[in-house]
Amino acid sequence: MPMYDRGKVLTGLAIFVIIMTFPVWYNLVRAQHVPKTELPKDVKQCVGTVDYMRSSHMQVLDIWRNEVVRDENRKVIELGGKQYVKSLQLGCMACHPDRKKFCDECHTYAAVDPFCWDCHFQPKETK
Amino acid sequence: MDVKRRKFLKIAGLSAVAGITAPTAFNSLLNGAAFASSTEHGAPPAAEGSHATGHGGHEEESNLFQYGMVIDIKKFAEHQGLAEKCVTACHSEHNVPDFGNPKDEIKWIWVDDYEHGFTGYSQNKSMTGLNDLPVLLTCNHCANPPCVRACPTKATFKNDHGVVVMDFHRCIGCRFCMAACPYGARSFNWRNPREKYANGNYKFYKNGINPNYPTRMRGVVEKCNFCPERLAVGKLPACVEATGNTKAMVFGNINDPKSEIAQVLSANFTIQRNPAAGTKPSVFYII
Amino acid sequence: MLEKALVGNNKYWAWIFFLLGVISIGGLFYLYQFNYGLGATGMSRDVSWGIYIAQFTFMVGVAAGGVMLVLPYYIHDFKEFGKITILGEFMAIAAVAMCIMFITADLGQPMRIMNVLLHPTPNSMLFWDMIVLNGYLFLNAICGWVILNAHNKGVHYPQWVKPLIYLSIPWAFSIHTVTAFLYCGLPGRHFWLTAILAPRFLASAFAAGPALLVLISMILKRVADFDAGEKAFQKLGTIITYAALANFFFLGLEFFVAYYSRIPGHMHTLDYLFWGLEGHDNLVLPMRFSLTIGLIATTMLLFPQIKKKEGTFALACGMLFLSLWIDKGVGMVLGGFVPNPLDRVTEYIPTVIEIGISMAVWATGALILTILYKIAITVENKK
Ligand code: SF4
Ligand code: SF4
Repeated sequence: MPMYDRGKVLTGLAIFVIIMTFPVWYNLVRAQHVPKTELPKDVKQCVGTVDYMRSSHMQVLDIWRNEVVRDENRKVIELGGKQYVKSLQLGCMACHPDRKKFCDECHTYAAVDPFCWDCHFQPKETK
Repeated sequence: MDVKRRKFLKIAGLSAVAGITAPTAFNSLLNGAAFASSTEHGAPPAAEGSHATGHGGHEEESNLFQYGMVIDIKKFAEHQGLAEKCVTACHSEHNVPDFGNPKDEIKWIWVDDYEHGFTGYSQNKSMTGLNDLPVLLTCNHCANPPCVRACPTKATFKNDHGVVVMDFHRCIGCRFCMAACPYGARSFNWRNPREKYANGNYKFYKNGINPNYPTRMRGVVEKCNFCPERLAVGKLPACVEATGNTKAMVFGNINDPKSEIAQVLSANFTIQRNPAAGTKPSVFYII
Repeated sequence: MLEKALVGNNKYWAWIFFLLGVISIGGLFYLYQFNYGLGATGMSRDVSWGIYIAQFTFMVGVAAGGVMLVLPYYIHDFKEFGKITILGEFMAIAAVAMCIMFITADLGQPMRIMNVLLHPTPNSMLFWDMIVLNGYLFLNAICGWVILNAHNKGVHYPQWVKPLIYLSIPWAFSIHTVTAFLYCGLPGRHFWLTAILAPRFLASAFAAGPALLVLISMILKRVADFDAGEKAFQKLGTIITYAALANFFFLGLEFFVAYYSRIPGHMHTLDYLFWGLEGHDNLVLPMRFSLTIGLIATTMLLFPQIKKKEGTFALACGMLFLSLWIDKGVGMVLGGFVPNPLDRVTEYIPTVIEIGISMAVWATGALILTILYKIAITVENKK
């Protein structure tokens, strides 16, 4: 590369680096809204531990879905005398009826936009 | 393999927390406790010494579990409006949208006439009033379904009870299955099925809404699934339930000789739609 | 070698920017369709595939047509195709790229396209079509690029591409055969349910692909100073003629079977396409037009005098290409849905959105082709 291009190249590189790392800067500068989770009242247990559900609820849902739709395995999960249906809409949302607090709080924070609600109803959303 | 292992680990994890999973409605269904209308329906047919020949169009003897339906058109003619009632029951149970135009139309079950439902059955002069009979059409849950053969993702497949099911999460919307079905049983979500009117109501069939059943999203195919979610809790499919005790529709395992439907099939002359396509429909008609 | 596509005269750049313009407009249309859903098209419950799939089918043919150059050149050592074969291979690349775009445009859930790989389903012909199309793209890209590179350096191409070239020949047949299997294995669609669909597809492909190549080569002669050579043109003319004859012969067989057997299912679609059914006749005019110009063009090609004169040869090729495009790129797919399984007729009219997106795909294909040809011709003319 001819030497006289060096200035231009370096400027270009600098701009490129700034643009590519923009999200990092942006998030550092922006005041962070840390999600506040809220446990459902009167419910003491879940089908999984808190840690497990936090890290793997999507896999759980995925497995449930496949079992229910494809394998006709709709066996209800029983735990402490309570029955849980393998269903987001009828299972999870039975204890966690508030989508805003239960789902969006973290999903907005993590910028993960699942498409569950394209099809599934949340409690009291039916008009 | 990876999926299997992951699945196993997850299940193991879940069970560890959840304790022993309990036998459910589905099991009780299999054990024969569930169906009010046909208690003899239950026992797994494989156990029977099968003499299932002659049970309508599945010529070969089969002891596979195959849900099917007999639709008695004469009974529907006797009960004015019953057919429409079935359509409403199904479509509002499943939040089927109604955009009011044929181009975007979605239907799981619908009323048509003899001539269009039974193409290829020619007559010289058709019986008086034949074409006025209300003929209910839906997916035939074929024993040999071309739609399943065509699907590149197994998004439509035959389950263990012979039901041709749609997996709405997996469908890529290629519509190969629509081209493959010789009965026009499949519909496509050409637009968002959750569109609302200006007044905030969903554009659902007759405004019916069932909060316990999801809608679909645009870009996937849908059709009648024989209501697996209802069968699982011991209910009959929504349309069959809507016929009450008229016996206009009989539902059950056609390959179980002791089932009510098998007996209806052996006691009556029934026809299937377009049998020449070799798909072996599991929906039978008494005309 | 890519840098060769970056040097060109004003006309070259005007053409590139024109294509980019069409692509951007079509891109906007696609954005709309992506957000609204396929309801933005004219398709319906009854006619569930439209011009996307029809164009896809036609373009598979154009892609397969490239083999009509590869085969004589590499197998029969027909030296006159030396310069033009690479154009055939590159045309196949652009055509397969268009096929993939048309399929994607047609999907209701394009984001899930990987499901085809995640859940491989060998009993679905679409699964196989995906394999053969991508394989063909790959084969042509490798062979074309390596050979061109060798030309550029003035050496013989390496021996290891030889097997790939040979493999690409049966592969070309396979892509159009499997594409025919998409249709002819469906029990309820009488018009498609015919064993001669695959041969008919191949015949029309081997006429349409080379015809397009002749037209492009004539343009290149004027704008890019690239002469494929009179002998190559004449040989292509012969290939086109026989393929076209076979195509119309096969079509005639369809007519015979339908109207002699008088089986309603076999007749109805032909009725609809050429005479109209129950008062619906949108496609009658285009189909009759297609048949007429197709037959005229084939007759013209039978006369050496016509084939030898560049103007009339181009005219015949153009007419034939248009004829086959209407026949396969419109009538074949749309007709198969009429009447529907309930013996009713629903007609289909593409929307502006749909046409815009299709034009953008064509423009993208043309862009790929232009760039590849620019490189190829710069290399060849250097010699
Ligand atoms: S009726 Fe159609 S959709 Fe239903 S199983 Fe048969 S072929 Fe498939
Ligand atoms: S539209 Fe969906 S269900 Fe139908 S063939 Fe394609 S992926 Fe399968």
